[in-house]
Amino acid sequence: MTDVERKQTVAVIDYGMGNLHSVKSALEHVAPEQNVVVTSDPAVVATADRVIFPGVGAIRDCMAEIKRLGFDQLLREQIATGKPVLGICVGMQALMDHSEENNGVDCIHILPGQVKFFGEHHKDAEGNALKVPHMGWNEVHHNDHPLWANIPQNARFYFVHSFYIHAREAALVAATCNYGVEFHAALTRGNLFAVQFHPEKSHTAGLQLLKNFLHWNGKA
Amino acid sequence: MALAKRIIPCLDVDNGRVVKGVNFVGIRDAGDPVEIAKRYNDEGADEITFLDITATHEGRDTTVHTVEKIASQVFIPLTVGGGIRTVDDIRTMLNAGADKVSINSAAVFNPDFVKAASDRFGAQCIVVAIDAKKVSVDGEEPRWEIFTHGGRKPTGINAVEWAMKMAEYGAGEILLTSMDGDGTKKGYDLGVTRAISDAVPIPVIASGGVGNLQHLVDGVTLGRADAVLAASIFHFREYTVPQAKEFMRAQGIEVRL
Repeated sequence: MTDVERKQTVAVIDYGMGNLHSVKSALEHVAPEQNVVVTSDPAVVATADRVIFPGVGAIRDCMAEIKRLGFDQLLREQIATGKPVLGICVGMQALMDHSEENNGVDCIHILPGQVKFFGEHHKDAEGNALKVPHMGWNEVHHNDHPLWANIPQNARFYFVHSFYIHAREAALVAATCNYGVEFHAALTRGNLFAVQFHPEKSHTAGLQLLKNFLHWNGKA
Repeated sequence: MALAKRIIPCLDVDNGRVVKGVNFVGIRDAGDPVEIAKRYNDEGADEITFLDITATHEGRDTTVHTVEKIASQVFIPLTVGGGIRTVDDIRTMLNAGADKVSINSAAVFNPDFVKAASDRFGAQCIVVAIDAKKVSVDGEEPRWEIFTHGGRKPTGINAVEWAMKMAEYGAGEILLTSMDGDGTKKGYDLGVTRAISDAVPIPVIASGGVGNLQHLVDGVTLGRADAVLAASIFHFREYTVPQAKEFMRAQGIEVRL
């Protein structure tokens, strides 16, 4: 096989936190020509062309597994190679400095910023009560990063989370969303991109973002 | 602009076929669940709920395969309910591709199961289904009770208090079915929907009794539900999901189009 014919591989990192089938089937759906592997083997992640770092559930449990498996270090190394890396939902939150969830959890410190609680009595600007978790389809206001190609401004994506991200540097913000408070729905730095919503569950817009990621060279 | 109200077509599945009963009995066939789920996905449904109505009595292998097939073709959230009684049942359904599971009777018999499930898998994937029936008579302060076994067994539990307790126990969402309304096409029980929506901090899905698009609107505006679920109006193509959304939008409700 020549390099041209070699199948591109995307590794979905599995650290036992939740269902990765939907991520895998969405990736296969948008890029049948690529090889999608769900793996907890660092060697497989290292040889992949692209890496996806998902996550669901409580941050305390996620961070415990990430650290036990040494995936915090693995992520740093993979990001340093320059290959495209995509964090999803709690995977994105784990990349930050710290989360307020579970009475405070120290995270991986790859992206500077905090993960904050929407609050017990969360309200919109008019004072109406807002349900937490923030669950459902909300509008995403995005910049002109290549991962937003062919995705309309203010397209709706599917969110489900009770904690939101506030990055410390405005330059990292690739998209915002409003749910009583404006939060950072997507962050990016170099070859790293991270989203709070679930692209694999966000129908046309989400599939387009995954497709864009699978054809991204890691350069903004 | 804000979070959209969700429209959730529900597939009641009996032995691998979509069916819809009237007041939980008297079933008619509505087709292949995989084809129907795919159609709803393509039409712009916001989520799909799959309720295995045979689950309490029969084997679950068919259900697991059907869920797997749906999950590989549907790129919106998928909730699976019916006969979810153990942490293993939840794991099986999540592994088959469900994003959330709906716990009904098992929560009533063992509320700590909801706690354990939420701790293990996260509140985001734990939906507690409540089947409520009005037990007060006209002129009394309205009161609703929880029923189990498809609406056949009363429990004496107050529905609003139960919903609040389930939210405390880690439910991420309440799927509220009015047993009086279910299958009747007379609309949601807006009283219990409103009472529970106002009482709990988590999202509430209204269910049971939708016969026309105004019922969906009422569920949101009068019942204050975060999402509206319907089955037969979509299965039998009385209305499509886009028609439902256009209708809701025309009445000022934010929807995903």
